[in-house]
Formats: sequence, C-alpha cells, structure tokens
Amino acid sequence: MAQAAQQITAPAEASSHKSEVIAFAIMVLVLAVLPYFVYPPFLMKALCFALFACAFNLLIGYVGLLSFGHALYFGWASYFAAHLAKVGKISIPYWAGSWQWLTITNSPMVPELAIFLAVIGAAVLGFIAGSIAIRRQGIYFAMITLALAQMMYFFALQAPFTGGEDGIQPVPRGYLFGLFNLANERIMYVFVLVVFLLGFLLIYRVIHSPFGEVLKAIRENEQRAISLGYKTDRYKLVAFTLSAAIAGLAGAIKPFVVQNASLTDVHWSMSGEVVLMTLLGGLGTIFGPVLGAFTIIAMQNYLAGFGQWVTIIQGGIFVLCVLLFRRGIIGEIANLLRIRL
Amino acid sequence: MDINLPALFGQLLIGLINGSFYALLSLGLAVIFGMLNIINFAHGAQYMMGAFVAYFLLQFAGLNYWWALIVAPVIVGGFGILIERAFLQWLYKLDHLYGLLLTFGLALVIQGLFRHQYGSSGLPYQIPPQLTGVRDLGFTFLPNYRAWVVVFSLVVCLGTWFIIEKTRLGAYLRAATENPTLVRAFGINVPRMITLTYGFGVALAALAGVMAAPIYAVNPTMGADIIIVVFAVVVIGGMGSIMGAIVTGFGLGVVEGLTKYFFPEASNTVIFVIMVIVLVTRPAGLFGRAA
Repeated sequence: MAQAAQQITAPAEASSHKSEVIAFAIMVLVLAVLPYFVYPPFLMKALCFALFACAFNLLIGYVGLLSFGHALYFGWASYFAAHLAKVGKISIPYWAGSWQWLTITNSPMVPELAIFLAVIGAAVLGFIAGSIAIRRQGIYFAMITLALAQMMYFFALQAPFTGGEDGIQPVPRGYLFGLFNLANERIMYVFVLVVFLLGFLLIYRVIHSPFGEVLKAIRENEQRAISLGYKTDRYKLVAFTLSAAIAGLAGAIKPFVVQNASLTDVHWSMSGEVVLMTLLGGLGTIFGPVLGAFTIIAMQNYLAGFGQWVTIIQGGIFVLCVLLFRRGIIGEIANLLRIRL
Repeated sequence: MDINLPALFGQLLIGLINGSFYALLSLGLAVIFGMLNIINFAHGAQYMMGAFVAYFLLQFAGLNYWWALIVAPVIVGGFGILIERAFLQWLYKLDHLYGLLLTFGLALVIQGLFRHQYGSSGLPYQIPPQLTGVRDLGFTFLPNYRAWVVVFSLVVCLGTWFIIEKTRLGAYLRAATENPTLVRAFGINVPRMITLTYGFGVALAALAGVMAAPIYAVNPTMGADIIIVVFAVVVIGGMGSIMGAIVTGFGLGVVEGLTKYFFPEASNTVIFVIMVIVLVTRPAGLFGRAA
C-alpha cells in the first residue's frame, strides 16, 4: 500500500524524464573523459560488468524476478566469443548409421561475428533456462536459476572447447568490421563504450515501452496482471531471454578486453557479484547498476592484495544494503532529490 | 554390462552418506522456511562451522567426537540465534528475496573469514576409535563410521519429523506457520518460537557438519557447493513437507551414487538434471502443494 502511495506522489512523467536525460549526459561525459585519468583496461572491464548488471537489473528491478544464476549467460557468452574468435570451429553431431560430427566452420571469426553468435547463444540458453525457471515463483525462481547455472558450470568444466581449469587464452582482438584495429587500446575503449551505451539505451527503451509497463505491472501484482488478460509467463520469458542476451553481450566483449575466458565468469560467485553490484547501486534504478559495478570492480582492483578480505567486505556490503540501504546509492539519491534516476 | 558389485555397493553407500547430508540440510532449510519465510543461504556456511567447531573442540578443549555431536550444534545454533536477533528479525515484513540476499552476504563473510584464517586446504579429523574398522557383509565391506552416519542421520530426521508432526510443540509450530497472529492471541510467544526455530535449523546443519568432518576433511569451502545442490533438492521435494524433504534427500543421494557408478561424467550434474525434469513434469515439486 505504501508503495502504491509513493507511485502516485512521484513527480510527473515529463520532469522525471528530464532528470534521466541529464544524468545520461553526465554519465556519457564522465565515461568519455575518464580514460585520460584512469587505467583504460580497468574501465573497459568495469563497463562490461556495468552492462551485465544493467541486464540483471532489467529482471530484478522491473519484473521482480531474482535470477541468482546470471553468470550462466555472461560466462557462457564469454566462452562462445573467445572460442569463435580464437578457433572458430563449430561442429554439429548428425546420424548416418553412426554418430558423426559435421564441421560447419573451422577458422577464427572476425570479432563482430563472434560477438553476434555469442549473444544468440546466450539468448538461446536464456530462453531454455527461463522456460524452466518461470514455472515457479519467488524464492523458488531464485533457487532454480542458481541450480541451473551450477549445472552449466559443471558443463563448462567438462566441455571440450572451454579448456577446463585453464580457460581459453589468449583471445586475439582482431579487426572490427575489417577496419578498426582493436589491439589499439583507444579504439578498443571506444568500441566497448559504444557497445555499453547501445545496450544501456536498449534497456532504457524497453523499460519505457508499453512492454516495459506490463513488466512493471507484473512486478507490482502478477495476479492482477493475469486477471487483466496478460499472459504473464510469456512476458516474463521474453524479459528473461532479453536479459540473458544483454548479459551475453557484456560477456561476449569481455574476452576481447581481458583476452581470456575463464571459469570465474560462470561460477556462482559471479552471479552473486552481479546481484551485489545492482543492490549496491540501486535495484530498479536505471543508473544504479552502472555505479554499483564501477564501485565493486574498483574495490576488487584496489583490494586485490588483501585476499579473502574482498569476499568478506562484499558479504558485509550485502548485509548493510539489505538492512539499511535497500534503495541502493542511486535510489537513495533519487529519493532525496525526489527525481527518478 | 558387467556389474562390479563391490564397486556398485561402494558408490551406493557414498550416495546414502551424501543423501544423509542432503536430507539433514534440506530438512533444516524447510523448517526455517516454514517459520521465517527465509531461504537460509548461510546454511552451507553453518554446516562448515559445525565441522570446524568439532575440530576446535578436539584441538583446544580435548572434547572428542561424541561431545562434539552435542556441543557443536549447540554452539553454532546459539550463533544462529544471534544472527536471527541481530539481522533476520528486521526482514520478516519484506519481500522474501531480501532474506536470501542477507544470508548470502552472511555466508560470504563467514566463509571468507574461515578461508582467511585456514586457507582452502582441509584439516584432518579422525574417525572416533569406537567406529573405526569395517564390517564384512559377505558381498561388500561396510565401514562402521559410514553405517553410523546413515543410521544416525535417519534417526535425527525421523525425530525431527516426529517432533513437528506429532507433538504439542510441533502443533504450535505448524499453527504459527499458518497464522502467527492467532497463535499469539492464545498466549504463545511466537517471536521467541521463530528465534528458536532458526537456532534449531542451524543446529541441524552444524550436526551434519560434525558428521561430515571425519569423511571429508574440515574445509572452509565444504558448505559452498553443497548448499546449491541442497537448493536443487529442495526445489525437487518442495518445502511443504518434512517427510518429503527427508525422502527426497536420501533418494537423490542414492541416485547420485548410482550415477557415479554407471555414468561418472554426469555425477556432478544429475541432481540438477532431475530438477529440470521434475520442473517440466510436476512444477510444484514431488511433495509440494501448488503455489
């Protein structure tokens, strides 16, 4: 009830739209200037995670679905892209008296194709996992997504092309569209930034579309949305697939940034980290996940020498956020200034 | 296919042992969820703490395994009560997801602290002298300690089932799960009951940890992976039924053991695959009521 009252007293649509545009302009400006002051590879890594967190936030923040296994799409897309860019071999099994392998391609792919196919792969995985997980609600949904991600972690450990404990490395950066040499750090940064902004704007567009309004209706009251005639399961599945695909996009550019794909990115602790980034920045805020991702990645970067303390501090932030700052950093600011961010 | 009977029974026994832990842990999760509406993500960390407390008791207090079976669950259960008072009690009116997030954070802190102090290699814990040795069953050899784990956890599970389903205390618990306000109106201290329930669930996890100590080495990460498997067990069984949690736990342990024998590559994933099959065919879980 309190939430409903809040919705009504929220500022009018037009002015809140303005605050978002201003915040977006500030974000783009900061991200354009930052590489002159901060080590670019760190920024590129942070941008990958920021996009990952935005994709995750699309589910938890706007549909109310807690996917505790989002590392699945991020990590597997990372494997797909790394493999396609480095080896590029795709084989499918077929039956001709006995099982045979049909090799479709067998040469390293250009970055744009590798990324595109990796995103498709993540979307397919998301569609399958989503159709299984949406059969249960609430807390069960979280447990199912976590369990599915753990299953795919074991597959990643055993699959022939992932390199097991070693991962895939080194991943060549190559030439984008045959023109831009991604080995150049500056071009690479622009590329990562453009991909991030495109993903970000896509999510923004989805949230503010009629489709996004239905998603929010499901978040607020799924039963009522059903009674209004919406097939909520379909909406949830489309949102889940979309979120998985965007998480996959973030994962697919990461191997080009750090030049490897590894088990870390499919592990449950990565799923936990993206939850933490989003929670810290602000669930259901547009800019929160970006700030949260930069904060957590910066913390990991600067505390790297302190071993287990990173995990301990992350756990502590979880506890603090849940007990005291459930709106997250951006959510608290937005609430203070009475604007939408 | 040639079936090597001793090897098959060996894997079945390991399956039963794992099943004992799945049953104890999913039972604890179900009891806690029933009263608190919180999925206790720290359950794995508390299981690990049980094993560590048993190790500390032996090293620093000279208390052997048999004492640890009683003392460790009490200590870790007491720790659970502190957690409930300090953190969880503020979450009951919020979305269930916050309980999951908070206990996940607690699990990270606890596991991080233990790893910081003890690294990730295991500490050895001896099987108590009364339970060393093996029994010759004719077709296979049965280590006494493993037989003890299966029998004892079965007794604990059935005891818990009996308390919850057949005693007056259990009736209060079940009533408070259904309608806490009404039960309070009858003069029963429901908040204290909730606290003690959490302590009891945590103590069950710690008890499993003590029993696991001599089998797996005492290790800071021992609870991290098992908890995800236990989540899958809980999804398969549904948390509505105590007996369901017990049966599913043991059953899936056995299935996992059989998989280790017949198709070892899939032994890590078989429980998750079963979860998928159950969700596709019976979305509410084997023993669950439709949501």
